Amino acid sequence: MTRMDEMASWGIVETASRIAAGEVSAEEVARATLARIEASNERLGAFVDVTAGELLEGARAVDQRRARGEAAGKLAGVPLGIKDALCTRGVTTTCGSKVLRHRGEPWRPPYDATAVARLKGEGALLAGKCNMDEFAMGSSTENSAYFPSKNPVDPSRTPGGSSGGSAVAVAGRMTPGALGSDTGGSVRQPAAYTGCVGVKPTHGRVSRFGLVAYASSLDVVGPMASDVRGAARLLDVIAGHDPRDSTSLEAPVPSHEEACGRGVRGLRVGVPEEYFAAGLAPEVAASVREAIGALEAQGAEVRPVQLPHTRHAVATYYVLATAEASSNLSRFDGVRFGLRVEPPGADLASMYGATRNEGFGPEVRRRILLGTYVLSHGYYEAYYLKAQQVRTLIRRDFLEVFSSVDLVATPTAPTAAFRLGEQIDDPLTMYLNDIYTLPASLAGLPALSVPVRPAPAAGATPALPVGLQLIGPALGEPVLFAAAAAVEAAGLR
Amino acid sequence: MTAYEAVIGLEVHAQLLTSSKLFCPCPTSFGAPPNTHVCPVCLGLPGALPVLNRRAVELATRAALALRLTVHPTSIFARKNYFYPDLPKGYQISQFDRPLATEGSLAFELEGGEVRSVGIQRIHMEEDAGKNIHGQGGDSIVDLNRAGTPLVEIVSAPELRSGAEAAAYLKTLRDLLLFLGVNDGNLEEGSFRCDANVSIRPRGAQRLGTRCEIKNVNSFRFVQKAIEFEILRQEQVLASGGTILQETRGWNERDGRTFSLRSKEEAEDYRYFPDPDLPPLRLEPAAIEAAAASLPELPEPKRERYHRSLGLTPYAAGVLTAHPRTAAFFEEALALFQGDANKVANFLLSEVLAGASFRGIDATFPVSPAQLAGLLRLVEDGAISGKQAKEVYAALQHTDASPAQIVRDKGMEVLRDEASIEALCRRILDANQRQVDAYRAGKTALLGFFVGAVMKETKGSASPALVNAILTRLLTA
Repeated sequence: MTRMDEMASWGIVETASRIAAGEVSAEEVARATLARIEASNERLGAFVDVTAGELLEGARAVDQRRARGEAAGKLAGVPLGIKDALCTRGVTTTCGSKVLRHRGEPWRPPYDATAVARLKGEGALLAGKCNMDEFAMGSSTENSAYFPSKNPVDPSRTPGGSSGGSAVAVAGRMTPGALGSDTGGSVRQPAAYTGCVGVKPTHGRVSRFGLVAYASSLDVVGPMASDVRGAARLLDVIAGHDPRDSTSLEAPVPSHEEACGRGVRGLRVGVPEEYFAAGLAPEVAASVREAIGALEAQGAEVRPVQLPHTRHAVATYYVLATAEASSNLSRFDGVRFGLRVEPPGADLASMYGATRNEGFGPEVRRRILLGTYVLSHGYYEAYYLKAQQVRTLIRRDFLEVFSSVDLVATPTAPTAAFRLGEQIDDPLTMYLNDIYTLPASLAGLPALSVPVRPAPAAGATPALPVGLQLIGPALGEPVLFAAAAAVEAAGLR
Repeated sequence: MTAYEAVIGLEVHAQLLTSSKLFCPCPTSFGAPPNTHVCPVCLGLPGALPVLNRRAVELATRAALALRLTVHPTSIFARKNYFYPDLPKGYQISQFDRPLATEGSLAFELEGGEVRSVGIQRIHMEEDAGKNIHGQGGDSIVDLNRAGTPLVEIVSAPELRSGAEAAAYLKTLRDLLLFLGVNDGNLEEGSFRCDANVSIRPRGAQRLGTRCEIKNVNSFRFVQKAIEFEILRQEQVLASGGTILQETRGWNERDGRTFSLRSKEEAEDYRYFPDPDLPPLRLEPAAIEAAAASLPELPEPKRERYHRSLGLTPYAAGVLTAHPRTAAFFEEALALFQGDANKVANFLLSEVLAGASFRGIDATFPVSPAQLAGLLRLVEDGAISGKQAKEVYAALQHTDASPAQIVRDKGMEVLRDEASIEALCRRILDANQRQVDAYRAGKTALLGFFVGAVMKETKGSASPALVNAILTRLLTA
């Protein structure tokens, strides 16, 4: 094993402690990171912008601080990929879209997202901006205005989406961790498809300030990492109240990293039958059931539960998320920033039309149209209002379940990673990828995906990663980390 | 009397007197260079989020309580979606089906003294848009300094019947908001704006006619004229067999007519829905009660008190309550003076207000309440005459001096020393023996001549009563 390969095998916690112990310099880690990105980014498409200069400069600063004996932070020298949906001060932030690029120049925000600022505050270093489905709308990164990302396990397959680039950065061993954002499964599903850990915290646990909004009532910034403890450390750093986000929660932040060592003895794990119905690939079901068995073997108590409104989640989500998106994306109008297209002799309306038509890809346009429709006069009650009511029912399902269990275990996605191009012309099938992740999003509950035994794929291709989804009650992240660490410790992957 | 009756409802947009915007810390001050009072939030940059200004909620609540509305423990911010360059996010954050407060009323007095009361349907909070400036070399310039400024929209019931009623309602509402410290009442700078919904129907009919909305008229007089014109226009349309089209109309002050801006067919669907970036606004019932208890005295009860309890004329009471700073000046001066309220009121009305200037909620007076009180006290104690008071007042203006100091500096103190006045009087009588003889022969009107001579000699500083008495005594001796 070369030194570089060795470094690539380190998770966040190991990278940070080796740098802190002086076994390796932050600059060495940064150089190895850049070398790996150089070696595989063109093939896998994890990053849309690599901030090499900033990374090296930041690494040297960490080394200098350490040399002076100053505290450098819990993530000092750890390189991270940041989803292109999160604002990074002075650095490309395009949300995977052409609309945030004008005359070749990407939009560069004058501020960091709160989550990004908190990572930097603990010494983490930005390695680059990660590819994504445009405006986080998609499940394969094929809706990126740049290029599709590819699954490191099998590059003919998708890494999932929309945080596909972040998942590839981690699973492709370019960075030990990354930030994604999850609106309906956009962190969990790519984590499952690529074999890394992905966390969607409770809505409001992590500030949304600086996250380019897709559907505000569902959007959550979430960590991705090569192991459970690394994801926990990232969450410890980014979680907590932010006065700049009125929907952020004030509850104190417990140590999620500490919770990883808690064990699962006596934990009550609910298994909802609705998640193991038609549409679930048998090899995925087998891996997931095996993992649940591993929890039971470690002392958890497994029992069946019911979440009867699960079947309405996809319809509910696509009404509410598109409604909010249609409004959130109105600011991309060519007036103040980003793309402006002015056909000769254009009046205001045709400037708007040309800018948005050229700036947005087909899936974004589809969702804006859908969302505009469901909010329109005469349709609001039948769609938006009805969907809000169903959302309440879904929330109540979970409340009911969490009166008798501590967490719920399900598959993260109904299949393993599909082939690129396989579903891109079939939006309805594509939307079903999120069938198991949407309910927790609608209920605002924390959920994570942890890798379990890969499923054998047809043909000679390697076995494909499978994720176990764990869903907890509001602010129940510590329990999820305890269970995820137990699954990880079972050594199924 | 025509066969038709007008039905008028008014929507007032009043800027709340906060120092920062509704959802970000940018200042709200007027007149800064374009696009200098902006930040990522009010520019609508990606990822920026709104955070509600609590002071704005307090002010809006105060207005709602003063207008006797029910303030709701929960209200909801909603997005009003439309595209326009002065609207950075592509939506305005407003309140829609769950406003801050509903169902109140405002009483106001018409020219002839008749008192009317009109329902207030709702008060909600919202952010203002920026400003488009057209026609600079064919370009449109957008200034977003105003974007995000906090407003309350105050919607009256359609219960007004004439342009005069509308103007009286608006003026009363303006004064009320001014006294509450909620709004500066400045129509010219657009911090108090009015839209009027006007329709007519056959007298006695129940059903409302088709309405037209007249937008953004910037003076009370013009509101009255625009409504009067609009009523006549609609009557003429109906009289000639036409139908009223539902439309938005503007007001042209040059030719005194309203004109069509856009018809209902072009009206937008704003696709209101609850803003997911802002949790429901919750107000504790106890906090609402506390706000109600701490409302300042409003213009109408104040006017009543000045008249009934302090004995001012209705006219004086009216003038003193036209602006909160005038009323405050009067009350402070009266408290320091501790005498007849009419004396304070009269001096304020005749002298001080002539030199006062008003701009919105702010006012400047040529003297302070303490200076006025001190001056009136000197007169009251007989230290100076009423005539001298005006001279002292002239010297007091725009200085920090005390009235007593000015009196001393000018050597104006009243001469009260009887011996020296008598000596002076004797001197005057000796010098005018002929007139003394004439007086003693019965020409008593000559007393005035002697008094005048003494006063002239003392440069007006002698007490006229004392001079009178001494001269009379000497002449009749």
